[in-house]
Amino acid sequence: MAITPPENKLWWKEPLHRMEIIWITIAFLWGLVMFSTMIYWHITGEQNLSNEAYRITPDAFAEKTEEMAEAYTVREEGDTGIPVVRPPPGSDVYLIARLWEWWPILELEKDQSYRLHLSSLDWQHGFSLQPTNINLQVHPNYEMVVTLTPNETGEFGIVCNEFCGIGHHQMLGKIYVVE
Amino acid sequence: MSDQAPPSAPSEPTKSAAGKDPSERVPAMQRLLDNPFLLLFLGVTMPTVFYIIWGIMELAQIPIAPQ
Amino acid sequence: MSVSTAEGALVGHDEKYRTCLDTGLKVYAKTETLIKVNAVAAVLFLAVGGLFGVLVALTRWPGVHLLPADLFYLVLTAHGAAVLLFWIIFFEVAILYFASSILLNCRLATPHFAWLGFLLMVGGSLLATVAVLQGESSVMFTSYVPMQAAPHFYLGLILFAVGALLACCVFFGTLVIAKEEQTYEGSVPLVTFGAITAAIIAVFTIASGAIILIPTFLWSIGYIAEIDTVTYKLVWWGMGHSSQQINVSAHVAVWYCIAALVLGAKPLSEKVSRTAFLLYILFLQLACAHHMLVEPGISSEWKVFNTSYALYLAVLGSLIHGMSIPGAVEAAQRRRGFTKGIFGWLRQAPWGNPAFSGFALSVVLFGFLGGISGVVLGTEQINILMHNTLYVPGHFHATVVAGTTLAFMAISYLVVPLIFQRDLVFKTIAKWQPYVFAIGVGGTSLFMMGAGTLGISRRHWDITFSDASLTFDVPGTAFLMLGLNGIFGLLAGVGGLMYILVIVGSILFGKRRDAEAVKANPIVAGGEAVSTYGSEGTLKLPGTITLVAVFFTAFVLYYFINWKFLSEVWPLS
Repeated sequence: MAITPPENKLWWKEPLHRMEIIWITIAFLWGLVMFSTMIYWHITGEQNLSNEAYRITPDAFAEKTEEMAEAYTVREEGDTGIPVVRPPPGSDVYLIARLWEWWPILELEKDQSYRLHLSSLDWQHGFSLQPTNINLQVHPNYEMVVTLTPNETGEFGIVCNEFCGIGHHQMLGKIYVVE
Repeated sequence: MSDQAPPSAPSEPTKSAAGKDPSERVPAMQRLLDNPFLLLFLGVTMPTVFYIIWGIMELAQIPIAPQ
Repeated sequence: MSVSTAEGALVGHDEKYRTCLDTGLKVYAKTETLIKVNAVAAVLFLAVGGLFGVLVALTRWPGVHLLPADLFYLVLTAHGAAVLLFWIIFFEVAILYFASSILLNCRLATPHFAWLGFLLMVGGSLLATVAVLQGESSVMFTSYVPMQAAPHFYLGLILFAVGALLACCVFFGTLVIAKEEQTYEGSVPLVTFGAITAAIIAVFTIASGAIILIPTFLWSIGYIAEIDTVTYKLVWWGMGHSSQQINVSAHVAVWYCIAALVLGAKPLSEKVSRTAFLLYILFLQLACAHHMLVEPGISSEWKVFNTSYALYLAVLGSLIHGMSIPGAVEAAQRRRGFTKGIFGWLRQAPWGNPAFSGFALSVVLFGFLGGISGVVLGTEQINILMHNTLYVPGHFHATVVAGTTLAFMAISYLVVPLIFQRDLVFKTIAKWQPYVFAIGVGGTSLFMMGAGTLGISRRHWDITFSDASLTFDVPGTAFLMLGLNGIFGLLAGVGGLMYILVIVGSILFGKRRDAEAVKANPIVAGGEAVSTYGSEGTLKLPGTITLVAVFFTAFVLYYFINWKFLSEVWPLS
């Protein structure tokens, strides 16, 4: 029994049941398949993270973002006073996470690629783009860069999905994707 | 491979001495599995090296953002 | 382990013990008391933490939305600490003492240190709980910097960890004494080996916790200016995820233990089962990387290697246990003559015995819900779909609650008669408890995973964003999912309450278990007839083969379905 010492003191020499050998082989091969699938997706898949990142101070990141906003603001979102920024396709796009907003609102063109830079000015936040469902962690003092290619038009929400204090559930941002 | 193979180990499960049968060497893998402190060493070293140390090296290599 | 018989016998040391009438094992008085106090502390934290859990589920139910935002975040933090850390680790300490001192027939090493460890754990857990309830430490279980909790929150966790480390030392010390004093022959029992696995992982867990929480404590009182946020997460998850790997190892050991006690089941192969535990020791902890897959600046080489437990070798360990545990049960049942058809052995199993039903439900829910979702969630690219969504708590409620907690509940129904020497009270409630709890927890896990698949965030008070300056509409199905999560959460709460009622009631008011009770109501299956080596070699196990095949098919399908989901997302590089 499992609660008593093995009766056969040289239990390592016991032969394996055939069922065990077959199952261990299948399970091991399945592990190799799952391992290879991640590598395969890096080669052929379209959804991978570049892992490009930099160390940056909150001030420096805020400055870059404001520069972009100044150059490319097209309007304000309703009466919220938040600028809607439409940077040119292929450019570097900056998005600030801070208590408790995503700044600014972005307007992107469908099927165009953008280098999206993400960083936080205070605590950790979670970039959760909905409903397409892309979820990335945003840290202060780190600038993460992902190349994003929106493939559908519409209005997308950026929910904060890392707990960031009492206003966490009010932290909402927006990305417009237009033709 | 037959699934009716008899147990190959000749040592009888005797209730007497503490299993020190000189004619039969304990296999190396069994000796490893019977040594909790060697296992402790391996179990702490593996994640420390592959997860923590390698991970910290990755973070240390992150460059400063270009101006 | 019932009825004191041989008290005051000497084994070189002046240690009192009794011989258990059910199992014939020696039960040392000091071990027994330590097991009791740790188990009681565990159950008290389960009661408190479980209640917090129900409040969380009721708040996330949009139609009820019970608590205001600040209280919700406070209660969520307290829920995580009380059940994810305190309930489980107190119970695991009890398991470590049982698997060393009792199963090896050996006195416990340095009981004084075991008591010191216990007091540190009690003091630390109370201190951290008080800190959370005071309202200045609603930082969630993860307490990511630079969000700051009150200093005594970190101090409490550190004290708790030191106490748990002492318990591990006592466990390893007991192994040394047992070997020196030759209290057992040959190798340690498989259950003890599983406990060794858990203790080894615990050492790495506690070391990681100390490495990161001590500087964080110093930061909270102003001695350190800053803590790097990604480094914090990396090392913190060395504790946060590994602590759940302690659970896996411990509850697999508990599964083997229950199968052995209730059915006299013997592992199909000691070699295979121990190798599976070795794979846990070597590779399971690498999966702390599951939490680091969408962090800035870590290479995909690191992510792929670590998140896959080095080529999924720890998953191989789990898949091996997933065959050898039902296999051991089927072999034991067939040897008892339940040989009809493929599943006759399963139909004839003691489903009215809560120790068995709890064990069986724990194996199934852990495997199908927790195991499969964990591997999918931990796939590097698929994690982009799920990171920090409700899928994550859905997954770990299947592993830690439906898996570990249910397994610990199941073995409690054996611990009460064998260690506390009390017969169970409220037998009907006990009989139904595992089913109620399993359905409740299975439901919450499933519906949280469903909501997470729709992109609903975890740790979020208001999916309608009613206070936000912008608007966003989540899919209507998500409201349904969260409502169902609330209903099943309530059911799980009822199941938890039934457990507390039976266990506390039995300890306080249960009939003392004497020799007659042992004869009239045996707990332990007659192991002798079914434990002869070699007999399982002649048995076919078609039921286990069928179960494993169904499981494997579900696993493969669900795995590839999620790659399909991922391929529909905006291209990223």
